[in-house]
Amino acid sequence: MIEMKQTQAGAVTAPEPAQPVLSVEGLTISVRSEGRERALVSDLSFTLARGETIAIAGESGSGKSLTSLAIMGLLPPPALRVSSGAIRFQGEDLTRLPESRMRAMRGNRIAMIFQEPMTSLNPVLSIGLQLSEAIRAHEPVSKREARARALEALRRVRISEPERRMTQYPHELSGGMRQRVMIAMALALRPDVLIADEPTTALDVTVQREVLDLLRDLQSEMGTAIILITHDMGVVAEMAERVIVMKQGQAVETGAVSQIFTAPREAYTQDLLAAVPRMGDGSGAAGASPDAKPVARLRDVKVHFDIRGGILSQVTHRVHAVEGVSFDIMEGETFSLVGESGCGKSTIAKALTGLVPHQGRIEVAGHTMGGLSGAKMKEMRRDVQIVFQDPMAALDPRMRVGDLVAEPLVIHGIGTPEEQREKVAGLFERVGLTRDQLDRYPHEFSGGQRQRICIARALALQPKLIIADESVSALDVSVQARVLDLLEALKREFGIAYLFISHDMAVVENISDRIAVMYMGQIVEMGTRAQIFGSPQHPYTKRLMAAVPIPDPDKVREPTPRLSGEVPSPVYKLGTGPQRLMLRNLGDGHLVADSDLPAMPIETAAE
Amino acid sequence: MTDATLAEGPARPQSALRRLMRRKLALLGFAIIAIVTLGAIFAPWIAPFEPQEQMFDGLTLEGSPMPPGEKFWLGTDLLGRDLFSRILYGARTSLIIGVVANGLALIIGTLIGVTAGYFRGWIGAVLMRFTDLMMAFPALLLAICLAAIFTPSLWIVAMVIALVNWVQTARVVFTETSALAEREFVAAERTLGAGTLRILFRHILPHLVPMIIVWGTLGISTTVLLEATLSYLGVGVQPPTPSWGNIIFENQTYFQAAPWLVFIPGAAILLLALSFNLVGDALRDVLDPTQRGRE
Repeated sequence: MIEMKQTQAGAVTAPEPAQPVLSVEGLTISVRSEGRERALVSDLSFTLARGETIAIAGESGSGKSLTSLAIMGLLPPPALRVSSGAIRFQGEDLTRLPESRMRAMRGNRIAMIFQEPMTSLNPVLSIGLQLSEAIRAHEPVSKREARARALEALRRVRISEPERRMTQYPHELSGGMRQRVMIAMALALRPDVLIADEPTTALDVTVQREVLDLLRDLQSEMGTAIILITHDMGVVAEMAERVIVMKQGQAVETGAVSQIFTAPREAYTQDLLAAVPRMGDGSGAAGASPDAKPVARLRDVKVHFDIRGGILSQVTHRVHAVEGVSFDIMEGETFSLVGESGCGKSTIAKALTGLVPHQGRIEVAGHTMGGLSGAKMKEMRRDVQIVFQDPMAALDPRMRVGDLVAEPLVIHGIGTPEEQREKVAGLFERVGLTRDQLDRYPHEFSGGQRQRICIARALALQPKLIIADESVSALDVSVQARVLDLLEALKREFGIAYLFISHDMAVVENISDRIAVMYMGQIVEMGTRAQIFGSPQHPYTKRLMAAVPIPDPDKVREPTPRLSGEVPSPVYKLGTGPQRLMLRNLGDGHLVADSDLPAMPIETAAE
Repeated sequence: MTDATLAEGPARPQSALRRLMRRKLALLGFAIIAIVTLGAIFAPWIAPFEPQEQMFDGLTLEGSPMPPGEKFWLGTDLLGRDLFSRILYGARTSLIIGVVANGLALIIGTLIGVTAGYFRGWIGAVLMRFTDLMMAFPALLLAICLAAIFTPSLWIVAMVIALVNWVQTARVVFTETSALAEREFVAAERTLGAGTLRILFRHILPHLVPMIIVWGTLGISTTVLLEATLSYLGVGVQPPTPSWGNIIFENQTYFQAAPWLVFIPGAAILLLALSFNLVGDALRDVLDPTQRGRE
């Protein structure tokens, strides 16, 4: 069966290698609302050759995901539909194919992987069952044979212990492993076209690196053509041969990847590339003055969470989320915490704002936290404010934004209602919004505007320290650049210090004065930007940096060791704990953990 | 709110009442509730007969009830009492039960649900186990016990119904509150220094309102019928005081011979419950600011 299909596919492509496997001709996708038709994607055309990778890049709302759904025949009816144009796949127009034929096509000939693997997998079925069902849906094979093929597919995506994974459920796997399973599922049927919609956006850089490597290997092995949908220009540069840049439903520019990056013709492409934060051009953020006083001091801070188990629900294990972290944040300084998800960086933010209990000593603006009375705690909260990752989640959807920004003033009883409103209006103007937007609700704003609202709210109490917890990660690059500029300007204007938490090394390099790299709840390296990015000492820091995709297609990446295994979890049995790392001073405040981490999963994979 | 008004400039908050008025079904519901309420209040003046009066010409020569006709608009019941008058007076009982008993149940349920959902820990555990216990206990049996302890009167019956009917509300409110308490905007409020009461009243309760409205309107028909059941068992509103529920139960054995005696009060309950549902539905939409600009 597979053989047959391959020869079929081969017959189409063999005589004329340039013959496209998929071609999109004048694709227009419209939405009907209030009796009018509005084009969300208009007149998009491109072809995809066998074994080729084409990237569709663009910001949110550019129509890139809609295009992929149209190819899959998954546009949600009845509001959205392909109003004109054709999608030709092996001589057939997919837009005219009846649903039953389309279903046979999906997964089998054209497969797709999504951004969030957790939501794409069925949580109540084991991995093995889901994989073999997917195979059996398209091919008349026995259960046993399907299982064997599923196992084979898992081996192919180099997942550790594939036999065990077959019996596990999605929640037992990490994000990176789940995405591998999705890729295994997508490729088990050897499709001709694979659509990857932001396949690595939800993953840590090092995991992203592995997944991208994997996709590339599989592609060269099986000759699958890939449509890669992404907003990350670094990923584009590394993966794609050709690029389509989309803006508001239109293809702004199409070309070979090297041409797009070196000589973009269109202004929009140039802007998009200019907004991409790059490593190695940290264009000097003014450092804190040497006689600055610390606004926050952390000394040997630990945050542990209890895990209860057994019949009597006693504490049996502990999550050592933060384990003995010490650092100072100076006045007017941007201090960044970097590390992969689960390393404890957000937990530190929560401890600093009093959202989780901690051990050790935290001082903010001279007050020691912990054991504070309610009133004292409230007082302290004026000095530390936090801006969360997802502004939509952090704003009460049922309140007007003006009231939301006034909340801190009302809570702390500052000013009369008129004064508060005046102050809020001033803050709105300061962060680049207008006065007449005060009476709107959060859902009426765009993502970038919402984050500005959160920043305005954080500024209302004139805090000494603002914690930005992945505050720009969810934003499009151009919006991200503008929000970062705003933060920088506010820092100069009000002398605020930032604790900037991010997994994006390029952003961190661009805005930080000092950086601490965290791994499993501990700091492995800390120093100034020049020290960390100029001469990283710890192997983990080096690995993090090597994993960042570089938005330059000509840059040849040195082969990095392939990683296997998983980041170990910081859960310990009661009474045991992680090995404490000793930081050694290399001079000028550059601290590096002495030993390599005992549990670090650096291994070279079998290949 | 249409796109056009949004685009014109600052979104001017329209009053909730005006937006409510634009919904035809809600208006219809309003009208029915108003008519029933007015009918109940002015029953002594509107009703053609005394509700308790057993009339000689209210029965046929064979002693069966009269069908709807010229003199008795909706017919008479087994004892020769005018059904229209009884329905009018019965509306008083049913409205009080439907609104007061149900309202009380909602308040109790919401308080318990919110407290348990927000604080959790041992308070939540105790409250919710108690709720589960109440849920497992047959509501009717409990109502009978309670009604047997207190001498039945309209207000006691309302109280009894509230005491058995809060359970479902508490369950749903609990689930919703514990989800809301985990939301990031609640954490954000806490980092601003907001106290517990402020978070509960300004940020959690408003989110519960739509759900409470839906439960409240759905609960009206249940409570009216529960009152009818209690009346039937002799522990509800005492005869000869009419309620829509006890009219049905008094006459149900004659369902085949005199269907209007069951059908008309049944239709009245249905209509009232439906009206409250229509109004509640519209209220929920109108009070939800996140629906603005999406209509």
